[in-house]
Amino acid sequence: MITIDNISKKYGKTEVLNVSTIDIPTGQSFGLVGNNGAGKTTLFNILLDLIRPTTGAITNHEVVVNKSEEWKSFTGSFIDESFLIGYLTAEEYFDFIGDLRGMNKADVAKFISQFDEFFNDEIVGKKKYLRDLSKGNQKKAGIVAAMMGNPQVVILDEPFANLDPTTQIRLKTIIKELTENRDITVLISSHDLTHVTEVCERIVVLDKGNVVKDIETSAETLKELESYFSV
Amino acid sequence: MISHFLNLEWKQYFRSAHWQKGIALKIIMGFFVLYFLIVFLAIGVGGYFLLRKKFPDSDPLQIVNSYLLFAVLGDLIFRYLMQKLPIMNIKPLLILPIKKSKLVHYVLGKSAFSIFNILGLFIYIPFSFVLIKEGYNTAGVLGWLLTMILIIQSSNFLNFLINKNNKALIVIAGTLVTLIGLQNFGLVDVVGFGGQIFDGIYANPIYSLLGIILLASLYQLNYKQLSNQVYLDEAVATKVQEANTADLSWANRLGDVAPFIKNDIRLIWRNKRTKTVFLMSFLFLFYGLIFFTQETYQKMPAMLMFASLFITGGFTLNYGQFIPAWDSAHYKMLMSQSFRYRKFLESKWVLMVSMTTILYLLSFPYLYFGTKIFLMITAGAIFNIGFNSLFLLYAGSFNRKRIDLTKGGFGNTQGTSATQFLVIVPLMLFPMLIFWVFDKFVGYNSGFIVVAAIGIISLLLKNYAMNFIEKKYIKDKYVMINAFGKEA
Repeated sequence: MITIDNISKKYGKTEVLNVSTIDIPTGQSFGLVGNNGAGKTTLFNILLDLIRPTTGAITNHEVVVNKSEEWKSFTGSFIDESFLIGYLTAEEYFDFIGDLRGMNKADVAKFISQFDEFFNDEIVGKKKYLRDLSKGNQKKAGIVAAMMGNPQVVILDEPFANLDPTTQIRLKTIIKELTENRDITVLISSHDLTHVTEVCERIVVLDKGNVVKDIETSAETLKELESYFSV
Repeated sequence: MISHFLNLEWKQYFRSAHWQKGIALKIIMGFFVLYFLIVFLAIGVGGYFLLRKKFPDSDPLQIVNSYLLFAVLGDLIFRYLMQKLPIMNIKPLLILPIKKSKLVHYVLGKSAFSIFNILGLFIYIPFSFVLIKEGYNTAGVLGWLLTMILIIQSSNFLNFLINKNNKALIVIAGTLVTLIGLQNFGLVDVVGFGGQIFDGIYANPIYSLLGIILLASLYQLNYKQLSNQVYLDEAVATKVQEANTADLSWANRLGDVAPFIKNDIRLIWRNKRTKTVFLMSFLFLFYGLIFFTQETYQKMPAMLMFASLFITGGFTLNYGQFIPAWDSAHYKMLMSQSFRYRKFLESKWVLMVSMTTILYLLSFPYLYFGTKIFLMITAGAIFNIGFNSLFLLYAGSFNRKRIDLTKGGFGNTQGTSATQFLVIVPLMLFPMLIFWVFDKFVGYNSGFIVVAAIGIISLLLKNYAMNFIEKKYIKDKYVMINAFGKEA
C-alpha cells in the first residue's frame, strides 16, 4: 500500500506538482498518464526520495519515504538511463544490483535467465558496455534490474518508450504476471495510452501537476483518455 | 557557406565545456596557456643565442637543420597517437543540403588550424625573426620558414592517411629507428644528410615550393579517401569499445564493500579520465627525484615534505578530490538502492588507502637518498592514509559538479570547482606548515613525528569521522542529486 498524501512541489513560484491524495493498494497495477511537464517523473522521483516535496509525504508500505530508507529494500525502479552504470557490461550491472539486493551470483544468473526471451539475445553475452547499447536495449537492462531481489513495489518511468514492438508486447506480459498474485504493486508512467490501458487496472491523469482523472480501467477507458487528450 | 561553418566553429568553441566554468578556473587556465606560449616563444627566441653560446664554432641554423629530420618524424609519431580527424562534427550536417565535397573540404581545412600545427609555429617564427635580425639572408630564411610550415601541414595530412593504416605507422617508426641506428653506428651520416636538405633550402629558397606540391598531393589523397567514406558506417561511425571483462571475484573477500570496490576498479580502468588519474599516480612516484636531487631544496624542508606527500599521495589526491562526482552519472540510481551510505564511502576509503600503501611500497628505492628522506616519505604516507583520505571524503560532500566519464582524460577539468582549490590548504599546506614549524623550532625528528602522529590520530578516529562524513553526505543528498543531474 502506497499513500500519497498532500504532495506538492514548487520551484520558486511555479508549482509543478500538487496531488492531494492517492492511495495505491498492494498488488495494483497503477498507470500515470500526462503530457510533457505534467509532473509524472517528479512524482516518481519524490516517491523514490530523490527529490524532496515542498509539502506532504509519501508512505510506502508504512515507511515514510523521506524519513526512513527501509523502503529501498523492497522497491525496485527504473527512471531513465542515468540509472544504468555506463561503463559496466549488462552482466556486471546485474551482479552489482544483485549484490546490493542480497542476491549471490547464482541467484542473479538464475533470475536473469528468465528474461532470455525479453532480452532477445541483445543484452547478455554481448561484450558491450551499457553505454554502447541502443536506447531500447539499455531500457531492457534497466527494467529487468528494477525487478531484481523480489521487490514488492516496482516503479517504471516510460517503460515502453524506445522498445521495439515485440519487446513491448513481452513487457506487457511481464508486468501482468508481476501483479497476477496481487502482492507486487507496479507503478508505470507512459505517453502511450494503448499500452497503459492494457496493463494498468487504474489510470491517473496528471495535468500541470494536478490530478484531473482517476479511472478504473474498463473497455471505455481508452476512448475516454483519447477524447481527453485530443484537444 | 564558409561563414556558416565559421559561425558553427565559433559557437562550438565558446559554448564548449571548457568555457562553462567559474572565473577563477578560467584565469588559472589562462595563465597555464600563457605560460606554455611564453616557454615556446623563449625557445624560439633564445634558442639561437643558446646554440651560438654552446657551440661557438658552428652555425646555429645548421645545427637546427641537422636535427630537423628527427623532429619531423617524432612529430608524426606524436600526432599519430594524439591527433584525430574531427570528423564527427559533420554528422548533423550530413542530412542538410550541403554538397559532400564541401563538407570534406571543411573538415580537412579545419584540421589545418589544429593546435598541433600552431604550436610549432611559436618556435619557428620567432627563430626566423632572430635569424633575419642576425643578418641571415631574408629570402633564404623566409623560404626555410615556408618549408617548415609546409612540412607541418604535410605531416598533418599524412597523419590522417596513416591513422587508418597501421602498416604506415610501422614504416614511419621503422624509418625513425633505422635513421637513429645508422647515425649511432656511424654507417651513414643522417644528421649531415638531413642538414644538407634544409641548408639547401636556405641557400635556394625556391626549392621550398616543392613542399607545396607535396602538401597539395597529400591533401588530394585525403580528400579522395574521405569523400568515399562520409557514411555513418565508415568515417563518421561512433567507435564502440569491446568490453573486456576481468574476473574480479577476488575482491569479494573484502566483504560488504566488495560490490563497490569492484565497480570502482572497473570505473577506473574503463574510462579515459580515471585511467589517466590512475596511471599518473605512478608518475607522481618520481616527483621526489626533482626535489631530492637538487641542492637548493635540501635547505627547504617544507618543500621536501611537499614532495614526500606527493610521492605516495598521487592517487589519493587526484582520485579523492572528485569523490563522489565519479559516480555522478548514476548517482540517482545509487540513491534508490538499499545499502548503507557508509559502505559506499568505506569502499572509496579502502581504495585510496590501498593505493597509497602500494605507492608507498614502490617508493622504497628512495632509501637511496638516505633514511631522512625515507622517513619523510613514510610520514607523508601515514598522513595521506590517516588524514588526507578521510578529509577528501569529507571535502567530496561539497562537490556539486557532474563529471561525464565518456569525455577525454588529459587536461579535462570537468568537475572542478572552488572545492578543489580550497582542499589543497589542509591537504598539503597544513602538513608542510606543521613540519616546518616543528622542524625549525623543536628539532629535526619532531617534524616527522608530528606529521605522522596526525595521520595516526586521524586513523584512530576514523570511525567517528566516518559517522560525521556519512551524516553530511546524507544531508546533502538532494542537492547532490540535483547538481549531478545537470549536464556538465
